[in-house]
Amino acid sequence: MNAPDGWTHKDGVPPTDTNDPDYFHKVVDCQWACPAHTPVPAYIRLIAQGRFSDAYIMNRESNVFPGILGRVCDRPCEPACRRDRVEDEPVAICRLKRVAADHKDDITDRLPKKPDQTNSKRIALIGAGPASFTVANDLAPLGYECTIFERFDVPGGLMRTNIPAFRLPQSVLDEELGYILDMGVDLRLNTPVSSMKSLLDEGYDAVFVGTGAPKGKELNLPGRKEGAGNIHIGIDWLESVAFEHTKSIGKKVLIIGVGNTAMDCCRTSLRLGSDDVKVMARKPRSFFKASPWELEDAEAENIEIMVNHSPKSFVVKGGTLVGMVFETMEYTLDEKGGITGQNVTGEVEIPCDDVILAIGQENAFDWIERDAGLEFGKWDMPVVDEMTFQSTEPRVFFGGDAAFGPKNIIWAVEHGHQAAISIHQFCKDRMVTGRLANEVRLSSTKMGMFEWRYSNSFDGAERRTMPHVELTKRFKDLGTEVELGFTAEQAATEVQRCLNCDIQTVFDAPLCTECDACIDICPVDCLTITPDADEGALRGALETPATNTDQALFVSDALPFTERVMIKDENICLHCGLCAERCPTAAWDMQESKIIIHHVEDMA
Amino acid sequence: MTSFAKPNIKLKNAKHNALGLTRHDYEGAMSTLCAGCGHDSVTACMAKAFFELSIEPHRAVKISGIGCSSKTTAYFLREAHGNNTVHGRMPSVATGAAAANAGLTYIGVSGDGDSLSIGMGQFAHAMRRNVNMLYMLENNGVYGLTKGQFSASADIGSKSKKGEVNIAPPIDPVTLALSLGATFVARAFSGDREQLVPLIKAGLKHNGFGLIDVISPCVSFNDHVGSTKSYAHTYKYYHPAVHADYVPMSEEIQTSYAAGEAVPVELHDGGSILLRKIDEDYDPRDRGAAYAQITERAAQGEIVTGLLYLDESQDDMAAVNKLTDRPLNTFPYDELCPGADALIELQKGFR
Ligand SMILES: Cc1cc2nc3c(=O)[nH]c(=O)nc-3n(C[C@H](O)[C@H](O)[C@H](O)COP(=O)(O)OP(=O)(O)OC[C@H]3O[C@@H](n4cnc5c(N)ncnc54)[C@H](O)[C@@H]3O)c2cc1C
Ligand SMILES: Cc1ncc(C[n+]2csc(CCOP(=O)(O)OP(=O)(O)O)c2C)c(N)n1
Ligand code: SF4
Ligand code: SF4
Ligand code: SF4
Ligand SMILES: [Mg+2]
Repeated sequence: MNAPDGWTHKDGVPPTDTNDPDYFHKVVDCQWACPAHTPVPAYIRLIAQGRFSDAYIMNRESNVFPGILGRVCDRPCEPACRRDRVEDEPVAICRLKRVAADHKDDITDRLPKKPDQTNSKRIALIGAGPASFTVANDLAPLGYECTIFERFDVPGGLMRTNIPAFRLPQSVLDEELGYILDMGVDLRLNTPVSSMKSLLDEGYDAVFVGTGAPKGKELNLPGRKEGAGNIHIGIDWLESVAFEHTKSIGKKVLIIGVGNTAMDCCRTSLRLGSDDVKVMARKPRSFFKASPWELEDAEAENIEIMVNHSPKSFVVKGGTLVGMVFETMEYTLDEKGGITGQNVTGEVEIPCDDVILAIGQENAFDWIERDAGLEFGKWDMPVVDEMTFQSTEPRVFFGGDAAFGPKNIIWAVEHGHQAAISIHQFCKDRMVTGRLANEVRLSSTKMGMFEWRYSNSFDGAERRTMPHVELTKRFKDLGTEVELGFTAEQAATEVQRCLNCDIQTVFDAPLCTECDACIDICPVDCLTITPDADEGALRGALETPATNTDQALFVSDALPFTERVMIKDENICLHCGLCAERCPTAAWDMQESKIIIHHVEDMA
Repeated sequence: MTSFAKPNIKLKNAKHNALGLTRHDYEGAMSTLCAGCGHDSVTACMAKAFFELSIEPHRAVKISGIGCSSKTTAYFLREAHGNNTVHGRMPSVATGAAAANAGLTYIGVSGDGDSLSIGMGQFAHAMRRNVNMLYMLENNGVYGLTKGQFSASADIGSKSKKGEVNIAPPIDPVTLALSLGATFVARAFSGDREQLVPLIKAGLKHNGFGLIDVISPCVSFNDHVGSTKSYAHTYKYYHPAVHADYVPMSEEIQTSYAAGEAVPVELHDGGSILLRKIDEDYDPRDRGAAYAQITERAAQGEIVTGLLYLDESQDDMAAVNKLTDRPLNTFPYDELCPGADALIELQKGFR
């Protein structure tokens, strides 16, 4: 059907440009929230089809370590998941990634290969953590000669030395690091770099610093020195446990701090022989830094978390630590939950045999001479460009926790991808800021009448609960992985919870006959046809007003008969395709949006 | 037909009415009509009107005849009472029901075929009796269900899908209603829900018979070039003359309407219908003038819409016939059916 003569675009909000690569990307909340922009719904669909290897490879292209991340990712995608618009729990995105990793076939022949010839460019990578490994993963297949220097005798960084094996088995680490080493990467273990200057003198074409944030924060309170034998710095202690230098701990243990490191410390203590572990928090629960799921797992192991206890001193008797004194606190909160006042209400002594300090990490760049050509800025951190990851010495790049302080694995990976692009540009004498713009490719998913190549019917199933090894069995051996992974039935149900947010509603205004069928069928009332107006008025014109302004309001071209516009609240759409099924003229179509995010391999 | 049912999603910020229900609680089974059918829009408007009026679904009665339009009673108010009668018999069943229980809200749903051909006599008498109900006539100019034969509302010159031209003069339900003394006469369009939803609310609250003739395009058999009941034709020629809003007693009438611009008409239940003239020259309180305006404009091809005539002063069927307010189902059996002796006694009075 053609638009009648004389219909025009009206004033008001201009029609939405859905060709902007960010427009549909933002609709895919999980992918947008993922630092590496993993195409979540697309790989979930592959899992749904039992194509585990394909799902694994698709993941690997973005996040390099699907098996590792499928177990321990900080998963910023899940709090962003659209599922929360209609119920409380997001899709178990992270654990579905593990399903792909656990059930894939041998994929080694699908991985990038070491080329027959190198390009004679030599790259030094300091530290064998996820950041350096990602850079090597991206550059080695292009012919770069990558050498990783690691001070320890095993690779993996904190993933090996700090994340306990009961969360992340060694075998998973070995497998995924091995894929990268097989690309011809030279790993030099037991080789600490103690001078940046001498490394630069060795004539590398570029240097990547991926040394992490290896220093745990101290708590200097009375008794710290006297009790030193039983007071441990969390990340050092976990490292010493990982290297089997520490094999036991006292019966009563206090953990100071309530972040993720604290959660690993308390759960590790239980496995080394303590039977009374308390996590001591200075503030109320809403201020805990640990992820909710880490807290949940610790509390399931009967860890006690005590709120409003501020450490005051260590109690040492006869040269041994016997307890700690805390001030009990009271806080006044405003309506938003912020602290407006605090009050000490008393003091308690809590007996203990050991204390583990888990109150933060810092960087340590004592091995970079201050005259090596790198400028240092605030907090004695090297000045690093946020987009290119280049330092002020053009040959030196940073990434991971070393760049801007402690973050997590998936950020280390994304830093690695970006640094690899910059290093490549630098080695080719191009502008290091040069990047290929993201692209969006749309393809219809229509296969026939009411048939789409995705499962569009809304499934009301609730999030599956991860099965765990029984409590009585999990403490004997540090290496017993607690999570068992989803069963086949659980995975089959969980994949159906994904709303396929990358299957977009694409609208073709000239086809619309303004019959309102789509508006009536939409189960979440996110569509309407209305006279064009300013955005506020349009958002209010919906049956359920579009109040979340972080999400776009789609505004169509003027409609043929009345010059009104079709609007859609992208925030609550379930991607169920009912609008497209109901439309008599196929003015709505369900199209898959592939967001093309370029890595260095595309930049040849 | 859609391959699966519309899921009932509990949105976190959904609107609730005075009964704590959401609009989705006023929906029904999944429609099996053709995608894009105007009748589905009308269904959505009816659901919305009941929702906004906070009518308890089980205190409503949906009655219909036969046709695509008549099927739609299944698609809204899933908890209401309902009866699909034989073809054209909806008005008499509704009349009986309204007589038996005056306490419920009655909505009849019919089509131009169901009402203007086989059911014409019944339709006329329900109006004449002023049965307290809202009669929705979903008018598409064809018998949709039987694949698109011209109905009695088809205009002269309108073309069928196969190109045949209609030569029989149309029956206009609106002018028919005016001449039969109907007390609430409206015309609307399924594509204009801003107009239709308030009209349905007003019609449900009006005491007596309310007719809304809704132009409701049949996408499969009467939405082509040359049809005078297509979306394109109706969007082009329809002309809102009077807007109606229902204002419940609990809400004060907005004083922001300039004097003369909006006329409040008080209803039986204490609420009012606010008539807002869009067309200066049109008077919805004068039956003769309304009739003249509608026919003149129709001759020029214009479709005048809105609440075209309103008379709140007439008694409805129950009042005229002094029927009991008490629902018949609440009478004990022997009081309702006092037996042969009582009947003989009664008949004596007529000898
Ligand atoms: C207890 C704990 C639990 C954590 N749990 C999680 C989790 O569940 N999920 C998550 O996403 N993140 C977690 N993290 C954070 C995550 O491990 C780090 O953000 C991530 O490993 C950073 O990667 P990276 O490559 O920057 O550095 P790192 O992993 O820190 O690796 C740096 C490497 O450099 C080596 N190195 C340092 N200096 C030198 C030198 N001068 N010469 C040679 N080698 C050197 C180190 O030995 C180390 O191997 C956790 C961190 C801690 C402390
Ligand atoms: C007694 C009887 N006669 C004829 C029919 C065939 N018939 C079914 S629906 C219909 C016409 C329906 O037209 P309308 O009321 O306009 O409904 P629409 O489908 O157009 O909405 C006819 C003639 C019937 N079902 N019963
Ligand atoms: S529903 Fe699926 S695609 Fe949508 S945000 Fe959640 S995981 Fe991502
Ligand atoms: S896909 Fe269409 S019908 Fe489904 S929620 Fe989104 S806009 Fe509504
Ligand atoms: S169903 Fe299709 S034709 Fe009808 S209003 Fe929606 S987009 Fe337009
Ligand atoms: Mg009809």
